[in-house]
Amino acid sequence: MTHRKHLLGAALLALASAGAFAADAVGVAQKQPLNMTAIGMFFVFVVATMGITYWAASRTKSTADFYTAGGGITGFQNGLAIAGDYMSAATLLGLSAMTFSKGLDGFIYAIGFFVGWPVILFLMAERLRNLGKFTFADIASYRLDQGTIRTFAAFGSLTVVCFYLIVQMVGAGQLIKLLFGLDYATAVVVVGILMVIYVTFGGMIATTWVQIIKACLMLFGGTVLLFLSMSEFGFSLETVAKKAVEVHKDGIKIMGPGSLMADPVTAVSLSLGLVFGTAGLPHIMMRFFTVPNAKEARKSVFVASGCIGYFFMVVCALGLIAITIVGTNPDFYEGGNTAGKMIGGGNMPVMHLSKAVGGNLFLGFMSAVAFATILAVVSGLALAGASAIAHDIYARVICKGTASETQEMRVSKIATIGLGVVAVLLGILFEKQNIAFLVGLTFGIAASTNFPILILSMYWKGLTTRGALLGGLAGLISAVTFVVLSKAVWVVVLGNAEAIFPYEQPALFSMPLAFFFTWLFSVTDSSARAKIDKAGFDDQYVRSQTGIGAASASAH
Amino acid sequence: MSAEIYKKVRANPRFAELEGKRSRFAYLLTAIVMVTYYGMMMLVAFAPDVLRTPISEGGMLTIGVPIGATIIIGSWLLTGWFVSRSNGEFDQINNEIIREASK
Repeated sequence: MTHRKHLLGAALLALASAGAFAADAVGVAQKQPLNMTAIGMFFVFVVATMGITYWAASRTKSTADFYTAGGGITGFQNGLAIAGDYMSAATLLGLSAMTFSKGLDGFIYAIGFFVGWPVILFLMAERLRNLGKFTFADIASYRLDQGTIRTFAAFGSLTVVCFYLIVQMVGAGQLIKLLFGLDYATAVVVVGILMVIYVTFGGMIATTWVQIIKACLMLFGGTVLLFLSMSEFGFSLETVAKKAVEVHKDGIKIMGPGSLMADPVTAVSLSLGLVFGTAGLPHIMMRFFTVPNAKEARKSVFVASGCIGYFFMVVCALGLIAITIVGTNPDFYEGGNTAGKMIGGGNMPVMHLSKAVGGNLFLGFMSAVAFATILAVVSGLALAGASAIAHDIYARVICKGTASETQEMRVSKIATIGLGVVAVLLGILFEKQNIAFLVGLTFGIAASTNFPILILSMYWKGLTTRGALLGGLAGLISAVTFVVLSKAVWVVVLGNAEAIFPYEQPALFSMPLAFFFTWLFSVTDSSARAKIDKAGFDDQYVRSQTGIGAASASAH
Repeated sequence: MSAEIYKKVRANPRFAELEGKRSRFAYLLTAIVMVTYYGMMMLVAFAPDVLRTPISEGGMLTIGVPIGATIIIGSWLLTGWFVSRSNGEFDQINNEIIREASK
């Protein structure tokens, strides 16, 4: 039982982010010899993206350009960028590793990561686009008290951004140490500097293109790898399965659901956290403001979910193939013992598979793709954090809308540099720490604080400022408390013997609490502010449905 | 200026009609995706043997694989249906409503 929970936890971590991948499964990674092929290919990626940043800088003149590329990204481009934002290095490594060790369970798990996207499209995409301008706080505070709710939503965004940045930075350091043979600190500083350059100079235009290029590289690399390795099995999935069953230590069991999903409470809480946590991640929501209208917003989710779904299936197939090709090859195991520890840790099957079927050159390519992936994700995060500081807190709350565009731009660039410094310092500080709990916290807070306020402000007329604030706080406090009482903090960090809260992901419990208290404090709210809040709903509703008055694309 | 238009839109019976149609469609698709997904999760939790049935006699692939793939591909096709209907039929009515209100 405990073992199973540990596995699920590890799985969440492995999949949710690159950081978790490194932090949990690899631990403190072994530094490998310098991999010049990988570094060379990564260098090409950096040069190309710097060129794009230079070009983007000339087109980034207003705050709208900076935060949302002036709303001038097409639905197709945005779909690729969303996919690039969502498919982390850990999707590639963690998901394939899970299929490699657990078989069908890994695939079932992947589905949980996918189904959130159709739901985001059906319920949220169009309203997000019609109501929002730059940040998710724009929507949350649309008809509620600006000072209170915007500040709260901005801090909600910043908390999520900072935790997720730490996770990504630590993951980047460990991954790069492993794949490139660079120093941990060097890797973290390189990631920090590149992130700051992309965002401060190129804003959303550069960030979007970094994400698009990375998504294409990842889809291309995955497809080539699948083709190369399937050719060794005569392109028959049945043959792959047959060989895998023959050599895997669990035999035929890998083709059915195993231990990973046998506890429904854990599984449901996890999938709730992932589905609604995704819908509450500020850097993902921000992507919806980069397209010109609701039509393109919908198209972008169609493209994104197509890429994500395809890629998940490819990655799971790669994991299954690796059972035969990597799992029986002593070259990939320490001391040549295939029953022992895999070189580089348990998340390496797909990397070893790249080497086995594509040689060193292809391994270098896939390593560079993994590095590019981290850069794309941290750039999106930095931009979301900078917009919360500059647009929400500085321009709207402190200056009450009187700040000029130039001032706001300056603050957003300073904020980006600040976030870069903080991310690098915390990344180095947390090098040897077990940061597993940060992933639970990130998705827990996003699902229990950001998401309830967002969805209720769009769908429920009765929501008031008081309800949103207190309900949001209830979600925040309960998510943090449950994570602190769970194994990741209570046992691993604080050294207690037994976890008080038995699940890794708090969403199943903290989300209902947030919704309940939001409801309770809204319906009992008879203040003058509550009347204004409710009166604003009808106009907001028409705008969210028709797009009348929605922020439009600037002339590009 | 916007407030005036919003009022006109609300007064238009076609807006309520569009809204009803569009929401029902969105809720229906959401329900299909959620019921299928959590249905599969219930099978995993309470009747895992069902998913262990081989596809063909003596084969190693189980029906868990095509079921999973169907959920991913099926819900993606639903997003396609949603997008084409929203961007076509619904947006057309929506634009007419906006045009009437802006007159």
